[in-house]
Amino acid sequence: MIAFLKLLFRNKLAAGGLILFGLVVVLAVLTPILPLANPDATATGDRFQPPFSPDHVMGTDHLGRDLLSRLLWGTRLSLAVGFVAALLAAFLGSAIGIVAGYFGQRTDNIIMRLVDMLMAFPYILLALAIVAALGPGLVNAMIAVAAVNIPFFARNIRGVTVSLARREFVDAARLAGMGHLRIIVFELLPNVAPVIVIAMSTTVGWMILETAGLSFLGLGSQPPQADLGSMLGEARSAMITSPHTSIVPGIMIFVIVMSINLLGDGVRDALDPRLRSGALTRPSAATLVDRGRAPAQDEAPSDQDLLSIQNLSTEFRVGRRCYRAVREVSLQARAGECLGVIGESGSGKSVTALSVMGLVASPPGVITGGAVRLRGEDLLGADYERLRSLRGDKVAYIFQDPLSTLHPLYRVSDQLIEAIQAHHAMPKAQARRRALELLEAVQIPNAESRLSSFPHEMSGGMRQRVSIAMALINDPDVVIADEPTTALDVTVQAQVLAILDDLRRKRDLAIIFITHDFGLVAQLCDRVAVMYAGQIVEEGPAKDLLERPAHPYTKRLMACVPELGQGRRQLEAIAGLPPAVDQLPDGCAFAPRCDKAQPSCKTGLVALRQNVDLPRKVRCHFPEEVA
Amino acid sequence: MARYIFKRLISAIPVLLGITIIVFLIMASIPGDPATAILGSYATPENVARLNRDLGLDKPLFIRYFIWIGNLLTGDFGRSFSLNRPVLDEVLERFQATLVLAGVSFVLCSIFGILAGVVSAARQYGLADKLITFSVLIGISIPSFFLGMMMILTFAVNLRWLPVSGMFAIYGGGDLPDLVRHLVMPATALSVVATGVVARMSRSAMLEVLRQDFIRTARAKGVREHRVVLGHALRAAMVSIIPVLGIQAGFVLSGSVYVEMVFQWPGVGRMLVDAILKRDILLVQGGVVFVAACYVLFNICVDVAQSLLDPRIKT
Repeated sequence: MIAFLKLLFRNKLAAGGLILFGLVVVLAVLTPILPLANPDATATGDRFQPPFSPDHVMGTDHLGRDLLSRLLWGTRLSLAVGFVAALLAAFLGSAIGIVAGYFGQRTDNIIMRLVDMLMAFPYILLALAIVAALGPGLVNAMIAVAAVNIPFFARNIRGVTVSLARREFVDAARLAGMGHLRIIVFELLPNVAPVIVIAMSTTVGWMILETAGLSFLGLGSQPPQADLGSMLGEARSAMITSPHTSIVPGIMIFVIVMSINLLGDGVRDALDPRLRSGALTRPSAATLVDRGRAPAQDEAPSDQDLLSIQNLSTEFRVGRRCYRAVREVSLQARAGECLGVIGESGSGKSVTALSVMGLVASPPGVITGGAVRLRGEDLLGADYERLRSLRGDKVAYIFQDPLSTLHPLYRVSDQLIEAIQAHHAMPKAQARRRALELLEAVQIPNAESRLSSFPHEMSGGMRQRVSIAMALINDPDVVIADEPTTALDVTVQAQVLAILDDLRRKRDLAIIFITHDFGLVAQLCDRVAVMYAGQIVEEGPAKDLLERPAHPYTKRLMACVPELGQGRRQLEAIAGLPPAVDQLPDGCAFAPRCDKAQPSCKTGLVALRQNVDLPRKVRCHFPEEVA
Repeated sequence: MARYIFKRLISAIPVLLGITIIVFLIMASIPGDPATAILGSYATPENVARLNRDLGLDKPLFIRYFIWIGNLLTGDFGRSFSLNRPVLDEVLERFQATLVLAGVSFVLCSIFGILAGVVSAARQYGLADKLITFSVLIGISIPSFFLGMMMILTFAVNLRWLPVSGMFAIYGGGDLPDLVRHLVMPATALSVVATGVVARMSRSAMLEVLRQDFIRTARAKGVREHRVVLGHALRAAMVSIIPVLGIQAGFVLSGSVYVEMVFQWPGVGRMLVDAILKRDILLVQGGVVFVAACYVLFNICVDVAQSLLDPRIKT
């Protein structure tokens, strides 16, 4: 509760709303004891006194009644009526919703049908019909406003109740012999109450406005009694000659509704955890690059390296926390070479890959150091337009789970053609032919008819082939494949890998293949880099590294993988968890989980060193014996 | 597609029937009898009884309902005693005026609401976003009737740019430019709140979509940023914006009652309020059923638009 209030007050607008609304409520409560004129005392001699007249601070209305007094009494009435309507709607609507949700089946069906029908009305028609039946009057207007809001509460509360009614504690209460009423009141109601409060906080302003509206139409409070709406309605005829009589109550309604809206937004934001973490921020077109210094040109790679990642660091800045997802990673890929990057979830392999083309969501992602060079050109320093012209044309991505990575509402042909036309001015028919060629190249049967499919109409394997075709459509130099086969079954996986391998040889592609599967690395990759906690811990030729891992982490990781045909053996999970990348320990990040760790492992930096005997780099003081 | 539309139309029948039952029951629960209301309180008991018999009010409730619904289906909504003309004629005539006002307001709120939401999301936390968010906050808090009055005061009375009220000028009006001049203020007053709501929802829908994986895919393909936002993101966001538009249509229709009162617009809302004050039950009943039915049909159009946009909805 205190945390909630703190959050609420951190939101300046909500705090402002709360103060404003509190002020109005206090004034309304104090109205009877304030030294005000009688709000209903007419004095026709004093009609339409302007504001700041000696006896009437806000002037008088068409019957010479004191406006300030009428305003405060009207506010009091409007607030009271609005709150009672909200309570009434909340009580009846929640009762209906709980009953429907708790009993379910036919009861639920019948009630919800009725609720749907009531919601099929534009709400005011229903309110007007009810007022027509009951006759004009403030109480009747209030009943009408409450009634049209009942379906809203009923539907919301029913939704919450349905999920609660299936939970164990309700079953337990039933088995303990509690009656329906007791279960509803003592078990369900306390759990539903917060939802009711939120629904009320978002609708009470609305109901105040609506009752004022009905009074404005002459269907609510009847003279001489006046709420804000009827004050405005009465003032309308004199609007042109004495505008202050309309402006005063109008502004008051505006202030009340706005303060409640501000407060309601604040309450919702404070209760919605997604907004709290700032997750709803929009990622910009390219990742923010904030390098302390641009890397010197002499760090440029050898001519053989097509793509070279040098000391890349990427972090996520969320609030005051800083998650260092990638730390000083260097990788090189030559044409025709397949480089594997392997590691657990959260080891930074995907972030490394996305950093290459500035695709890390930003905010919160920031690239804080290093360089990414494509044929020697530093991409991190490049402007957006240059980056865009390379994306998908020279460096293409294949993402995992193509159901979420392909656009759900565009046909396959449109997505493929767009990939071409983003870079090459090509007539649509020609682009379509090219798209067809690619679909055939990735072995999609009936490619012609598949062109006009939507992603959801295809199988997982087909979608993955489509995203491979999309990546290859502009004949790129580098393909970055981020777990492209994770969602697929084994036979389809083998086919997809065969396609990738084939294309690499035919087109001299450089592939960066990200996975957590050692089997795939062995099958496809020439070289492999192992990542742990944002760093490369070991790198070398794939076959050699897999046979003789030198880093304790690599060795332990491989021991976790069961192998077919190897007989029974103990699978050894690695004890503990990878470190949180916002609280990295000193020294080796793996040391807390490593059974070979020495005190020296836990201080200072551990460098990635070239092994003397092997074509291998290892980040360890005490590598495994591999010679 | 045709099958889907047909299915939705069929499923609307029970809703329409439900609407007539609800309206009928509400109206039947009125205390006192209509005959007295029509004949006045000095009528003789014989005359009241005779009128009740003529109107069929002496029959049981459910028979009265079937007679009424049978008449509705043949286009007979009864006769308004206060206007002394058939209810349907009056409702149709008034509904045209409401349709012009509410329709224009709906188009305005859709266009400007989505536009503001998209700009706001694309420039999140920028100056444009802050300005729009602030205006939206003001907009959704102003009662339309108060806004309408202030507009009249400013633009009609003080600046004399626009006519004070009505749908056409009394002398020499009646053409389209005249209608537009009369429409500017009421349509704006009516659409402000709805525009604000649509802008808010569009902004959050766009922000939600812009974080999706397929947006990253579009960027990875090298699609230009304005196409990513206005093509890929907006298209996907429309899936959640369209239902909001459907709800706002109901709000615009509701709000038109207030705006018609302020601007003396000869629409169905003002007719209903007058009819309630005169206790002309048949006119209220007919008007409510007619407008509610139109709204149900409009919502079917919304569903069809939604299914055209989103191929994942089973047709």
